Amino acid sequence: MCGIAAIIHRNGSGDVGQEMTSMLRALKHRGPDSTGFALYGEATANEYIMRFKVAEQEDLARGFYIHQEIEDRKATVDQRMIDMGVEILSQEAATEYAYRYRLKFDGDMRRLADFIEEVEGAEILSIGEGLELVKDLGDADVVSGQYGLAQFNGTHGIGHTRMATESDVDIRSAHPYWAYPFKDVAVVHNGQLTNYWNGRRALEHRGHRFVSNCDSELIAVYLADKMDQGTDLETAMTDSLDELDGVFTYVVATSDKLGMAKDVMAAKPMVVYEDDNTVVLASEEVAIRSIFPHEIDTFDPYEGEVRVWQR
Amino acid sequence: MATLEDTHKSYGMGMHTEQLRGRSLETFFSVDDQDHGNFTLPDAFHVDMEKIGEIDAQDMEIVDINRQIRELMKSGHGHIVIKNPLAKHSLGVGILNRLRLEFDGSLGYFGCGLIDGPNVTIKGRVGWSCAENMMSGTLVVEKNAGSTFGAAIRGGDLVCRGDVGSRTGIDQKGGTILVGGSTGAFSCFMMQRGRLIVLGNAGKNLGDSMYDGTIYVGGEIASLGVDAVPGDLNKFEIDWLEHKLALYGMAAPNGAARLQKIVAGKQLWNYDNLEPHEKKIIL
Repeated sequence: MCGIAAIIHRNGSGDVGQEMTSMLRALKHRGPDSTGFALYGEATANEYIMRFKVAEQEDLARGFYIHQEIEDRKATVDQRMIDMGVEILSQEAATEYAYRYRLKFDGDMRRLADFIEEVEGAEILSIGEGLELVKDLGDADVVSGQYGLAQFNGTHGIGHTRMATESDVDIRSAHPYWAYPFKDVAVVHNGQLTNYWNGRRALEHRGHRFVSNCDSELIAVYLADKMDQGTDLETAMTDSLDELDGVFTYVVATSDKLGMAKDVMAAKPMVVYEDDNTVVLASEEVAIRSIFPHEIDTFDPYEGEVRVWQR
Repeated sequence: MATLEDTHKSYGMGMHTEQLRGRSLETFFSVDDQDHGNFTLPDAFHVDMEKIGEIDAQDMEIVDINRQIRELMKSGHGHIVIKNPLAKHSLGVGILNRLRLEFDGSLGYFGCGLIDGPNVTIKGRVGWSCAENMMSGTLVVEKNAGSTFGAAIRGGDLVCRGDVGSRTGIDQKGGTILVGGSTGAFSCFMMQRGRLIVLGNAGKNLGDSMYDGTIYVGGEIASLGVDAVPGDLNKFEIDWLEHKLALYGMAAPNGAARLQKIVAGKQLWNYDNLEPHEKKIIL
Protein backbone atom coordinates (compact mmCIF):
# COMPACT_ATOMS: atom_id res chain seq x y z
CA MET A 1 0.00 0.00 0.00
CA CYS A 2 1.38 3.37 -1.03
CA GLY A 3 -0.21 6.76 -1.49
CA ILE A 4 0.03 8.70 -4.72
CA ALA A 5 -1.18 12.20 -5.50
CA ALA A 6 -0.91 14.68 -8.34
CA ILE A 7 -2.12 18.13 -9.29
CA ILE A 8 -1.98 20.13 -12.51
CA HIS A 9 -2.90 23.80 -12.92
CA ARG A 10 -4.10 24.07 -16.48
CA ASN A 11 -3.98 27.85 -16.68
CA GLY A 12 -0.92 29.41 -15.12
CA SER A 13 0.75 28.23 -11.96
CA GLY A 14 0.03 27.68 -8.29
CA ASP A 15 1.56 26.71 -4.96
CA VAL A 16 2.20 23.12 -6.00
CA GLY A 17 4.84 22.64 -3.29
CA GLN A 18 2.36 23.53 -0.58
CA GLU A 19 -0.48 21.63 -2.21
CA MET A 20 1.49 18.44 -2.73
CA THR A 21 2.84 18.57 0.84
CA SER A 22 -0.68 18.93 2.15
CA MET A 23 -2.00 16.01 0.06
CA LEU A 24 0.87 13.69 0.95
CA ARG A 25 0.48 14.59 4.62
CA ALA A 26 -3.14 13.40 4.39
CA LEU A 27 -1.92 10.13 2.82
CA LYS A 28 0.74 9.44 5.42
CA HIS A 29 -1.20 6.44 6.78
CA ARG A 30 -0.75 4.73 3.39
CA GLY A 31 3.03 4.73 3.75
CA PRO A 32 5.36 6.32 6.28
CA ASP A 33 8.71 5.01 4.95
CA SER A 34 9.67 7.68 2.46
CA THR A 35 8.12 10.59 0.62
CA GLY A 36 8.90 11.94 -2.81
CA PHE A 37 7.88 14.88 -4.95
CA ALA A 38 8.31 15.64 -8.64
CA LEU A 39 7.43 19.30 -9.04
CA TYR A 40 7.35 21.27 -12.28
CA GLY A 41 8.22 24.96 -12.28
CA GLU A 42 8.29 27.39 -15.17
CA ALA A 43 11.02 26.31 -17.58
CA THR A 44 13.88 28.64 -18.47
CA ALA A 45 15.14 28.39 -22.05
CA ASN A 46 18.37 26.43 -22.56
CA GLU A 47 18.69 25.80 -18.87
CA TYR A 48 18.39 22.53 -16.98
CA ILE A 49 17.87 21.74 -13.35
CA MET A 50 19.62 18.63 -12.11
CA ARG A 51 18.88 17.01 -8.76
CA PHE A 52 21.31 14.34 -7.64
CA LYS A 53 22.62 12.64 -4.53
CA VAL A 54 26.01 11.11 -3.76
CA ALA A 55 25.06 9.01 -0.70
CA GLU A 56 22.10 7.45 1.09
CA GLN A 57 20.87 8.88 4.38
CA GLU A 58 21.85 5.69 6.18
CA ASP A 59 25.43 5.96 4.84
CA LEU A 60 25.99 8.91 7.16
CA ALA A 61 25.88 6.58 10.14
CA ARG A 62 28.61 4.36 8.69
CA GLY A 63 32.33 4.70 8.03
CA PHE A 64 34.87 6.98 9.66
CA TYR A 65 35.41 9.16 6.62
CA ILE A 66 31.93 9.30 5.11
CA HIS A 67 31.72 13.11 5.28
CA GLN A 68 35.06 13.43 3.50
CA GLU A 69 33.96 10.76 0.99
CA ILE A 70 30.80 12.70 0.21
CA GLU A 71 32.85 15.82 -0.48
CA ASP A 72 35.21 13.83 -2.70
CA ARG A 73 32.34 12.27 -4.63
CA LYS A 74 30.77 15.66 -5.20
CA ALA A 75 34.09 17.08 -6.39
CA THR A 76 34.43 14.15 -8.83
CA VAL A 77 30.92 14.75 -10.14
CA ASP A 78 31.71 18.46 -10.58
CA GLN A 79 34.88 17.63 -12.48
CA ARG A 80 33.10 15.13 -14.72
CA MET A 81 30.43 17.66 -15.54
CA ILE A 82 33.06 20.21 -16.53
CA ASP A 83 34.80 17.53 -18.62
CA MET A 84 31.54 16.89 -20.48
CA GLY A 85 31.16 20.58 -21.27
CA VAL A 86 28.49 21.43 -18.68
CA GLU A 87 28.25 25.06 -17.63
CA ILE A 88 27.16 25.12 -13.97
CA LEU A 89 25.17 28.29 -13.31
CA SER A 90 24.43 27.76 -9.64
CA GLN A 91 24.44 25.03 -7.03
CA GLU A 92 22.63 24.45 -3.75
CA ALA A 93 23.01 21.73 -1.16
CA ALA A 94 19.55 20.69 0.05
CA THR A 95 21.15 18.20 2.46
CA GLU A 96 24.71 17.07 2.96
CA TYR A 97 24.27 14.38 0.30
CA ALA A 98 21.70 15.85 -2.13
CA TYR A 99 22.21 18.79 -4.47
CA ARG A 100 20.39 20.99 -6.92
CA TYR A 101 22.33 22.39 -9.87
CA ARG A 102 21.22 24.86 -12.53
CA LEU A 103 23.21 24.18 -15.64
CA LYS A 104 23.57 24.60 -19.38
CA PHE A 105 24.33 21.61 -21.57
CA ASP A 106 23.72 20.81 -25.21
CA GLY A 107 25.37 17.39 -25.53
CA ASP A 108 24.15 13.81 -25.16
CA MET A 109 22.04 13.60 -21.99
CA ARG A 110 22.38 9.84 -21.61
CA ARG A 111 26.19 10.01 -21.84
CA LEU A 112 26.29 12.76 -19.23
CA ALA A 113 24.00 10.82 -16.89
CA ASP A 114 26.01 7.61 -17.29
CA PHE A 115 29.30 9.44 -16.71
CA ILE A 116 28.06 11.03 -13.49
CA GLU A 117 26.43 7.88 -12.15
CA GLU A 118 29.66 5.97 -12.58
CA VAL A 119 30.88 7.85 -9.49
CA GLU A 120 30.32 5.73 -6.38
CA GLY A 121 27.06 6.58 -4.60
CA ALA A 122 26.04 9.11 -7.24
CA GLU A 123 22.50 8.91 -8.58
CA ILE A 124 20.77 11.51 -10.69
CA LEU A 125 17.27 11.98 -9.33
CA SER A 126 16.15 14.13 -12.24
CA ILE A 127 17.23 16.34 -15.10
CA GLY A 128 14.71 18.67 -16.65
CA GLU A 129 13.88 22.17 -17.74
CA GLY A 130 11.03 22.42 -15.24
CA LEU A 131 11.22 19.16 -13.25
CA GLU A 132 12.63 19.07 -9.75
CA LEU A 133 12.57 15.65 -8.15
CA VAL A 134 13.03 15.36 -4.42
CA LYS A 135 12.78 12.18 -2.37
CA ASP A 136 14.01 11.17 1.02
CA LEU A 137 13.14 9.12 4.07
CA GLY A 138 10.45 10.50 6.36
CA ASP A 139 6.93 11.84 6.00
CA ALA A 140 5.74 14.70 3.82
CA ASP A 141 6.43 17.41 6.39
CA VAL A 142 9.96 16.19 7.06
CA VAL A 143 10.94 15.96 3.39
CA SER A 144 9.16 19.14 2.39
CA GLY A 145 10.81 21.04 5.25
CA GLN A 146 14.24 19.58 4.58
CA TYR A 147 14.18 20.57 0.91
CA GLY A 148 12.23 23.84 1.33
CA LEU A 149 9.38 22.79 -0.95
CA ALA A 150 6.64 24.82 0.74
CA GLN A 151 7.66 27.90 -1.25
CA PHE A 152 7.69 26.06 -4.59
CA ASN A 153 5.51 27.73 -7.19
CA GLY A 154 4.84 25.70 -10.31
CA THR A 155 2.42 24.32 -12.85
CA HIS A 156 2.06 20.70 -11.80
CA GLY A 157 3.47 18.00 -9.58
CA ILE A 158 3.21 14.38 -8.55
CA GLY A 159 4.04 12.81 -5.21
CA HIS A 160 4.26 9.55 -3.33
CA THR A 161 4.24 8.24 0.22
CA ARG A 162 5.81 4.82 0.33
CA MET A 163 5.11 1.69 2.29
CA ALA A 164 8.03 -0.51 1.30
CA THR A 165 6.83 -4.03 0.50
CA GLU A 166 9.31 -5.57 -1.89
CA SER A 167 12.48 -3.50 -1.75
CA ASP A 168 14.58 -1.50 0.69
CA VAL A 169 13.75 1.61 2.63
CA ASP A 170 16.23 4.03 1.10
CA ILE A 171 16.28 6.94 -1.31
CA ARG A 172 17.07 4.88 -4.38
CA SER A 173 13.94 2.76 -3.82
CA ALA A 174 11.76 5.79 -3.10
CA HIS A 175 9.43 7.30 -5.69
CA PRO A 176 9.05 9.27 -7.94
CA TYR A 177 11.29 7.73 -10.58
CA TRP A 178 12.81 9.84 -13.27
CA ALA A 179 12.38 8.22 -16.71
CA TYR A 180 16.14 8.30 -17.38
CA PRO A 181 17.40 9.84 -19.60
CA PHE A 182 14.28 11.74 -20.72
CA LYS A 183 14.18 15.24 -19.37
CA ASP A 184 11.08 16.20 -17.40
CA VAL A 185 9.45 12.73 -17.17
CA ALA A 186 8.66 11.25 -13.74
CA VAL A 187 6.50 8.38 -12.46
CA VAL A 188 4.84 7.43 -9.16
CA HIS A 189 3.20 4.07 -8.59
CA ASN A 190 0.98 2.24 -6.13
CA GLY A 191 0.87 -1.53 -6.48
CA GLN A 192 2.95 -4.57 -7.31
CA LEU A 193 4.35 -5.62 -10.67
CA THR A 194 4.60 -9.38 -10.92
CA ASN A 195 6.65 -9.53 -14.13
CA TYR A 196 9.28 -7.13 -12.81
CA TRP A 197 12.31 -9.38 -13.33
CA ASN A 198 11.30 -10.48 -16.82
CA GLY A 199 10.56 -6.89 -17.79
CA ARG A 200 13.76 -5.64 -16.24
CA ARG A 201 15.92 -8.23 -18.00
CA ALA A 202 14.34 -7.39 -21.36
CA LEU A 203 14.92 -3.67 -20.87
CA GLU A 204 18.47 -4.15 -19.57
CA HIS A 205 19.24 -6.06 -22.76
CA ARG A 206 18.12 -2.99 -24.63
CA GLY A 207 20.66 -0.90 -22.73
CA HIS A 208 18.56 0.69 -20.01
CA ARG A 209 19.89 1.21 -16.51
CA PHE A 210 18.14 0.30 -13.25
CA VAL A 211 19.38 1.85 -10.02
CA SER A 212 17.14 0.02 -7.54
CA ASN A 213 15.34 -3.28 -7.05
CA CYS A 214 12.00 -1.51 -6.76
CA ASP A 215 9.34 -2.76 -9.18
CA SER A 216 8.05 0.78 -9.75
CA GLU A 217 11.26 1.71 -11.52
CA LEU A 218 10.23 -0.69 -14.30
CA ILE A 219 7.32 1.60 -15.21
CA ALA A 220 9.58 4.63 -15.61
CA VAL A 221 12.11 2.70 -17.69
CA TYR A 222 9.34 1.01 -19.71
CA LEU A 223 7.80 4.37 -20.62
CA ALA A 224 11.23 5.83 -21.38
CA ASP A 225 11.92 2.90 -23.72
CA LYS A 226 8.60 3.35 -25.51
CA MET A 227 9.14 7.08 -25.93
CA ASP A 228 12.65 6.38 -27.14
CA GLN A 229 11.04 4.44 -29.99
CA GLY A 230 8.83 7.40 -30.83
CA THR A 231 5.60 6.23 -29.12
CA ASP A 232 3.55 9.04 -27.60
CA LEU A 233 2.83 9.04 -23.88
CA GLU A 234 -0.81 7.99 -24.01
CA THR A 235 -0.14 5.05 -26.36
CA ALA A 236 2.79 3.93 -24.24
CA MET A 237 0.58 4.00 -21.15
CA THR A 238 -2.18 2.04 -22.90
CA ASP A 239 0.35 -0.56 -24.03
CA SER A 240 1.64 -0.84 -20.47
CA LEU A 241 -1.73 -2.20 -19.31
CA ASP A 242 -1.16 -5.30 -21.42
CA GLU A 243 2.57 -5.63 -20.97
CA LEU A 244 2.91 -4.97 -17.24
CA ASP A 245 1.48 -7.69 -14.99
CA GLY A 246 0.14 -7.21 -11.52
CA VAL A 247 -2.07 -4.75 -9.74
CA PHE A 248 -1.11 -1.13 -10.13
CA THR A 249 -2.21 2.44 -10.50
CA TYR A 250 0.44 4.86 -11.63
CA VAL A 251 0.74 8.53 -12.46
CA VAL A 252 3.22 10.00 -14.92
CA ALA A 253 4.11 13.63 -15.53
CA THR A 254 5.95 15.32 -18.38
CA SER A 255 6.78 18.97 -18.99
CA ASP A 256 3.19 19.73 -20.03
CA LYS A 257 1.13 16.61 -19.35
CA LEU A 258 -0.21 14.56 -16.49
CA GLY A 259 -1.40 11.01 -17.05
CA MET A 260 -2.78 8.13 -15.01
CA ALA A 261 -3.28 4.43 -15.74
CA LYS A 262 -5.17 1.82 -13.77
CA ASP A 263 -4.69 -1.91 -14.25
CA VAL A 264 -7.40 -4.19 -15.63
CA MET A 265 -8.25 -5.58 -12.19
CA ALA A 266 -8.80 -2.07 -10.75
CA ALA A 267 -7.33 -3.30 -7.51
CA LYS A 268 -5.56 -0.08 -6.54
CA PRO A 269 -7.49 3.07 -5.75
CA MET A 270 -7.53 6.42 -7.51
CA VAL A 271 -9.90 9.35 -7.12
CA VAL A 272 -10.06 12.16 -9.66
CA TYR A 273 -11.29 15.73 -9.36
CA GLU A 274 -11.39 17.76 -12.54
CA ASP A 275 -12.52 21.28 -13.39
CA ASP A 276 -11.57 23.83 -16.06
CA ASN A 277 -8.54 25.07 -14.15
CA THR A 278 -7.32 22.17 -12.08
CA VAL A 279 -7.06 18.39 -12.12
CA VAL A 280 -6.25 16.61 -8.88
CA LEU A 281 -5.60 12.88 -8.47
CA ALA A 282 -5.06 10.98 -5.25
CA SER A 283 -5.26 7.49 -3.83
CA GLU A 284 -7.88 8.71 -1.38
CA GLU A 285 -10.34 11.55 -1.46
CA VAL A 286 -9.16 12.71 1.94
CA ALA A 287 -6.02 14.03 0.21
CA ILE A 288 -8.04 16.05 -2.30
CA ARG A 289 -10.16 17.43 0.55
CA SER A 290 -7.03 18.70 2.26
CA ILE A 291 -6.75 21.33 -0.49
CA PHE A 292 -10.43 21.58 -1.50
CA PRO A 293 -12.43 21.59 1.73
CA HIS A 294 -15.65 22.68 -0.01
CA GLU A 295 -18.01 20.18 -1.66
CA ILE A 296 -16.75 18.98 -5.05
CA ASP A 297 -17.58 16.16 -7.47
CA THR A 298 -15.03 13.38 -7.63
CA PHE A 299 -15.02 9.99 -9.33
CA ASP A 300 -13.07 6.72 -9.56
CA PRO A 301 -11.65 5.83 -12.98
CA TYR A 302 -12.62 2.32 -14.10
CA GLU A 303 -10.43 -0.71 -14.72
CA GLY A 304 -7.97 -0.50 -17.62
CA GLU A 305 -8.48 3.24 -17.90
CA VAL A 306 -5.80 5.64 -19.15
CA ARG A 307 -6.28 9.38 -18.92
CA VAL A 308 -3.93 12.17 -19.93
CA TRP A 309 -4.45 15.83 -19.18
CA GLN A 310 -2.68 18.56 -21.14
CA ARG A 311 -1.67 21.73 -19.40
CA MET B 1 -26.77 -31.60 -13.64
CA ALA B 2 -24.23 -32.41 -16.33
CA THR B 3 -26.87 -32.88 -19.03
CA LEU B 4 -28.68 -29.56 -18.61
CA GLU B 5 -28.50 -26.74 -21.17
CA ASP B 6 -26.23 -23.75 -20.55
CA THR B 7 -29.03 -21.26 -20.09
CA HIS B 8 -31.95 -21.55 -17.76
CA LYS B 9 -30.59 -24.68 -16.25
CA SER B 10 -31.18 -23.22 -12.84
CA TYR B 11 -34.87 -22.87 -13.72
CA GLY B 12 -34.88 -26.45 -14.87
CA MET B 13 -33.60 -27.38 -11.46
CA GLY B 14 -36.20 -25.23 -9.74
CA MET B 15 -33.51 -23.15 -8.09
CA HIS B 16 -35.08 -19.71 -8.60
CA THR B 17 -37.70 -19.80 -5.96
CA GLU B 18 -36.03 -17.40 -3.56
CA GLN B 19 -38.68 -15.41 -1.71
CA LEU B 20 -38.46 -11.66 -1.41
CA ARG B 21 -38.06 -11.46 2.29
CA GLY B 22 -35.57 -10.29 4.82
CA ARG B 23 -35.34 -7.90 7.68
CA SER B 24 -34.98 -4.88 5.44
CA LEU B 25 -38.42 -5.39 3.94
CA GLU B 26 -40.16 -5.53 7.28
CA THR B 27 -41.86 -2.37 8.36
CA PHE B 28 -40.45 -2.10 11.84
CA PHE B 29 -37.29 -0.57 10.42
CA SER B 30 -39.07 2.35 8.80
CA VAL B 31 -38.42 5.67 10.49
CA ASP B 32 -41.79 6.89 9.25
CA ASP B 33 -43.53 4.26 11.31
CA GLN B 34 -45.27 6.15 14.11
CA ASP B 35 -45.10 3.68 16.95
CA HIS B 36 -41.71 2.25 15.96
CA GLY B 37 -41.82 0.07 18.99
CA ASN B 38 -40.81 -3.22 17.46
CA PHE B 39 -37.12 -2.60 17.34
CA THR B 40 -35.65 -5.46 19.23
CA LEU B 41 -31.86 -5.29 18.98
CA PRO B 42 -30.35 -5.75 22.42
CA ASP B 43 -28.88 -2.60 23.92
CA ALA B 44 -30.44 -0.38 21.25
CA PHE B 45 -30.96 3.18 22.44
CA HIS B 46 -34.47 4.62 22.68
CA VAL B 47 -34.28 7.55 20.34
CA ASP B 48 -36.75 10.26 19.38
CA MET B 49 -36.76 10.65 15.60
CA GLU B 50 -37.74 14.32 15.96
CA LYS B 51 -34.79 15.20 18.17
CA ILE B 52 -31.99 16.56 15.97
CA GLY B 53 -28.30 16.63 16.90
CA GLU B 54 -25.44 18.10 14.90
CA ILE B 55 -21.72 17.38 14.80
CA ASP B 56 -19.13 19.53 13.02
CA ALA B 57 -16.47 17.00 12.03
CA GLN B 58 -14.05 19.55 10.59
CA ASP B 59 -11.30 19.31 13.18
CA MET B 60 -12.34 16.10 14.90
CA GLU B 61 -10.59 12.73 14.88
CA ILE B 62 -12.51 9.77 13.43
CA VAL B 63 -12.85 7.97 16.75
CA ASP B 64 -14.21 11.13 18.41
CA ILE B 65 -16.83 11.62 15.70
CA ASN B 66 -18.07 8.04 16.06
CA ARG B 67 -18.07 8.37 19.84
CA GLN B 68 -20.04 11.61 19.57
CA ILE B 69 -22.68 9.87 17.37
CA ARG B 70 -23.06 7.24 20.07
CA GLU B 71 -23.33 9.86 22.80
CA LEU B 72 -26.07 11.67 20.88
CA MET B 73 -28.00 8.41 20.39
CA LYS B 74 -27.60 7.68 24.09
CA SER B 75 -29.17 11.04 24.89
CA GLY B 76 -32.17 10.21 22.67
CA HIS B 77 -31.28 11.96 19.41
CA GLY B 78 -32.89 10.08 16.54
CA HIS B 79 -31.74 12.46 13.80
CA ILE B 80 -28.04 13.30 13.59
CA VAL B 81 -26.41 15.57 11.00
CA ILE B 82 -22.64 15.42 10.43
CA LYS B 83 -21.21 18.59 8.89
CA ASN B 84 -17.84 18.68 7.09
CA PRO B 85 -16.99 14.96 7.08
CA LEU B 86 -14.19 15.82 4.57
CA ALA B 87 -13.88 12.25 3.24
CA LYS B 88 -12.59 10.91 6.55
CA HIS B 89 -12.47 7.14 6.84
CA SER B 90 -14.68 4.80 8.90
CA LEU B 91 -17.33 7.35 9.84
CA GLY B 92 -20.70 6.09 11.09
CA VAL B 93 -19.56 2.50 11.51
CA GLY B 94 -21.20 -0.12 13.71
CA ILE B 95 -24.50 1.65 14.34
CA LEU B 96 -27.02 -0.94 15.58
CA ASN B 97 -29.90 1.40 16.15
CA ARG B 98 -32.83 3.15 14.57
CA LEU B 99 -31.40 6.47 13.47
CA ARG B 100 -31.72 9.06 10.75
CA LEU B 101 -28.11 9.91 9.94
CA GLU B 102 -27.12 12.61 7.45
CA PHE B 103 -23.63 13.34 6.18
CA ASP B 104 -23.35 16.79 4.70
CA GLY B 105 -20.38 15.89 2.48
CA SER B 106 -18.23 12.95 1.43
CA LEU B 107 -16.97 9.89 3.26
CA GLY B 108 -13.69 8.02 2.87
CA TYR B 109 -13.12 4.29 3.18
CA PHE B 110 -15.48 1.94 5.02
CA GLY B 111 -18.11 4.63 5.53
CA CYS B 112 -21.07 3.28 7.55
CA GLY B 113 -19.66 -0.25 7.61
CA LEU B 114 -21.31 -2.89 9.83
CA ILE B 115 -24.55 -0.99 10.29
CA ASP B 116 -27.82 -2.59 11.33
CA GLY B 117 -30.85 -0.36 11.27
CA PRO B 118 -30.09 3.30 10.52
CA ASN B 119 -31.38 5.31 7.57
CA VAL B 120 -28.32 7.10 6.22
CA THR B 121 -28.07 9.87 3.63
CA ILE B 122 -24.70 10.95 2.25
CA LYS B 123 -24.74 14.13 0.19
CA GLY B 124 -21.28 13.63 -1.32
CA ARG B 125 -19.25 10.72 -2.57
CA VAL B 126 -18.12 7.62 -0.67
CA GLY B 127 -14.76 5.84 -0.89
CA TRP B 128 -14.06 2.12 -0.97
CA SER B 129 -16.12 -0.44 0.96
CA CYS B 130 -19.07 1.75 1.84
CA ALA B 131 -21.68 -0.09 3.97
CA GLU B 132 -19.64 -3.26 4.03
CA ASN B 133 -21.50 -6.00 5.95
CA MET B 134 -24.63 -3.89 6.28
CA MET B 135 -27.42 -5.88 7.94
CA SER B 136 -30.48 -3.67 7.54
CA GLY B 137 -31.68 -0.12 7.09
CA THR B 138 -31.12 2.16 4.10
CA LEU B 139 -28.12 4.11 2.85
CA VAL B 140 -28.37 6.62 0.01
CA VAL B 141 -25.30 8.17 -1.64
CA GLU B 142 -26.14 11.22 -3.73
CA LYS B 143 -22.91 11.26 -5.79
CA ASN B 144 -20.44 8.55 -6.89
CA ALA B 145 -19.06 5.63 -4.90
CA GLY B 146 -15.72 3.83 -4.89
CA SER B 147 -15.00 0.14 -5.32
CA THR B 148 -16.43 -2.74 -3.26
CA PHE B 149 -19.62 -0.77 -2.63
CA GLY B 150 -21.85 -2.93 -0.44
CA ALA B 151 -19.37 -5.78 -0.05
CA ALA B 152 -20.92 -8.75 1.76
CA ILE B 153 -24.13 -6.95 2.72
CA ARG B 154 -26.82 -9.14 4.21
CA GLY B 155 -29.84 -6.86 4.14
CA GLY B 156 -31.20 -3.38 3.66
CA ASP B 157 -31.25 -1.06 0.67
CA LEU B 158 -27.99 0.47 -0.50
CA VAL B 159 -28.39 3.21 -3.08
CA CYS B 160 -25.87 5.19 -5.13
CA ARG B 161 -27.30 7.74 -7.52
CA GLY B 162 -24.02 8.15 -9.43
CA ASP B 163 -21.42 5.69 -10.73
CA VAL B 164 -19.75 3.08 -8.59
CA GLY B 165 -16.32 1.46 -8.92
CA SER B 166 -15.34 -2.17 -9.30
CA ARG B 167 -16.46 -5.25 -7.39
CA THR B 168 -19.79 -3.76 -6.32
CA GLY B 169 -21.71 -6.20 -4.13
CA ILE B 170 -18.82 -8.64 -3.95
CA ASP B 171 -19.87 -11.58 -1.77
CA GLN B 172 -23.35 -10.10 -1.37
CA LYS B 173 -25.50 -12.24 0.91
CA GLY B 174 -28.79 -10.37 0.85
CA GLY B 175 -30.42 -6.97 0.58
CA THR B 176 -30.65 -4.77 -2.49
CA ILE B 177 -28.03 -2.54 -4.09
CA LEU B 178 -29.35 0.13 -6.47
CA VAL B 179 -26.98 2.03 -8.76
CA GLY B 180 -28.25 5.00 -10.76
CA GLY B 181 -25.17 5.14 -13.00
CA SER B 182 -22.72 2.47 -14.09
CA THR B 183 -20.76 -0.14 -12.20
CA GLY B 184 -17.20 -1.41 -12.75
CA ALA B 185 -15.68 -4.82 -13.37
CA PHE B 186 -16.33 -7.93 -11.29
CA SER B 187 -19.57 -6.64 -9.82
CA CYS B 188 -21.36 -9.25 -7.71
CA PHE B 189 -18.32 -11.51 -7.73
CA MET B 190 -19.24 -14.58 -5.67
CA MET B 191 -22.70 -13.23 -4.94
CA GLN B 192 -24.73 -15.55 -2.75
CA ARG B 193 -28.10 -13.88 -2.35
CA GLY B 194 -29.78 -10.53 -2.75
CA ARG B 195 -30.18 -8.20 -5.71
CA LEU B 196 -28.14 -5.66 -7.63
CA ILE B 197 -29.98 -3.19 -9.86
CA VAL B 198 -27.78 -1.13 -12.20
CA LEU B 199 -29.54 1.42 -14.38
CA GLY B 200 -26.41 2.23 -16.40
CA ASN B 201 -23.75 -0.08 -17.81
CA ALA B 202 -21.93 -2.94 -16.11
CA GLY B 203 -18.21 -3.66 -16.49
CA LYS B 204 -16.65 -6.93 -17.50
CA ASN B 205 -17.08 -10.24 -15.67
CA LEU B 206 -20.43 -9.32 -14.19
CA GLY B 207 -21.61 -11.88 -11.64
CA ASP B 208 -18.45 -13.95 -11.88
CA SER B 209 -18.75 -17.18 -9.86
CA MET B 210 -22.09 -16.17 -8.38
CA TYR B 211 -23.87 -18.84 -6.34
CA ASP B 212 -27.30 -17.25 -6.33
CA GLY B 213 -28.97 -13.86 -6.26
CA THR B 214 -30.15 -11.72 -9.14
CA ILE B 215 -28.63 -8.86 -11.13
CA TYR B 216 -30.65 -6.40 -13.23
CA VAL B 217 -28.87 -4.10 -15.71
CA GLY B 218 -30.43 -1.22 -17.66
CA GLY B 219 -27.50 -0.47 -20.00
CA GLU B 220 -24.85 -2.56 -21.64
CA ILE B 221 -22.95 -5.42 -20.06
CA ALA B 222 -19.27 -5.56 -21.04
CA SER B 223 -19.14 -9.31 -20.37
CA LEU B 224 -20.62 -11.93 -18.07
CA GLY B 225 -18.41 -13.81 -15.64
CA VAL B 226 -18.09 -17.55 -15.27
CA ASP B 227 -21.45 -19.18 -14.52
CA ALA B 228 -23.51 -15.98 -14.84
CA VAL B 229 -26.33 -16.49 -17.34
CA PRO B 230 -29.27 -14.40 -18.61
CA GLY B 231 -32.63 -15.01 -17.01
CA ASP B 232 -36.25 -14.01 -17.79
CA LEU B 233 -38.13 -11.31 -15.91
CA ASN B 234 -41.51 -12.26 -14.56
CA LYS B 235 -44.37 -9.90 -13.78
CA PHE B 236 -43.84 -10.13 -10.05
CA GLU B 237 -40.23 -8.98 -10.46
CA ILE B 238 -41.19 -6.09 -12.76
CA ASP B 239 -43.69 -4.81 -10.19
CA TRP B 240 -41.15 -5.22 -7.43
CA LEU B 241 -38.43 -3.42 -9.44
CA GLU B 242 -40.72 -0.49 -10.25
CA HIS B 243 -41.76 -0.23 -6.62
CA LYS B 244 -38.20 -0.49 -5.31
CA LEU B 245 -36.81 2.10 -7.74
CA ALA B 246 -39.70 4.48 -7.09
CA LEU B 247 -38.94 4.38 -3.37
CA TYR B 248 -35.73 6.27 -4.14
CA GLY B 249 -37.08 8.44 -6.97
CA MET B 250 -35.36 6.31 -9.61
CA ALA B 251 -36.67 4.67 -12.76
CA ALA B 252 -35.19 2.26 -15.31
CA PRO B 253 -34.20 4.11 -18.54
CA ASN B 254 -36.60 2.11 -20.74
CA GLY B 255 -38.92 0.79 -18.08
CA ALA B 256 -38.34 -2.02 -15.60
CA ALA B 257 -39.56 -4.61 -18.12
CA ARG B 258 -36.54 -3.86 -20.36
CA LEU B 259 -33.92 -4.53 -17.70
CA GLN B 260 -31.60 -7.43 -18.44
CA LYS B 261 -31.71 -10.09 -15.77
CA ILE B 262 -28.64 -12.12 -14.85
CA VAL B 263 -28.73 -15.16 -12.59
CA ALA B 264 -26.38 -17.95 -11.57
CA GLY B 265 -26.01 -20.84 -13.99
CA LYS B 266 -25.68 -23.09 -10.93
CA GLN B 267 -22.78 -25.04 -12.32
CA LEU B 268 -20.47 -23.87 -9.56
CA TRP B 269 -22.88 -23.49 -6.69
CA ASN B 270 -22.25 -26.83 -5.02
CA TYR B 271 -18.57 -27.37 -5.50
CA ASP B 272 -18.35 -30.67 -3.66
CA ASN B 273 -20.86 -32.37 -5.96
CA LEU B 274 -19.46 -31.12 -9.26
CA GLU B 275 -18.86 -33.53 -12.09
CA PRO B 276 -15.22 -33.64 -13.24
CA HIS B 277 -15.91 -31.78 -16.50
CA GLU B 278 -17.65 -28.99 -14.63
CA LYS B 279 -14.71 -28.61 -12.33
CA LYS B 280 -12.70 -27.78 -15.43
CA ILE B 281 -14.73 -24.62 -15.80
CA ILE B 282 -13.40 -23.44 -12.47
CA LEU B 283 -9.90 -24.83 -12.43
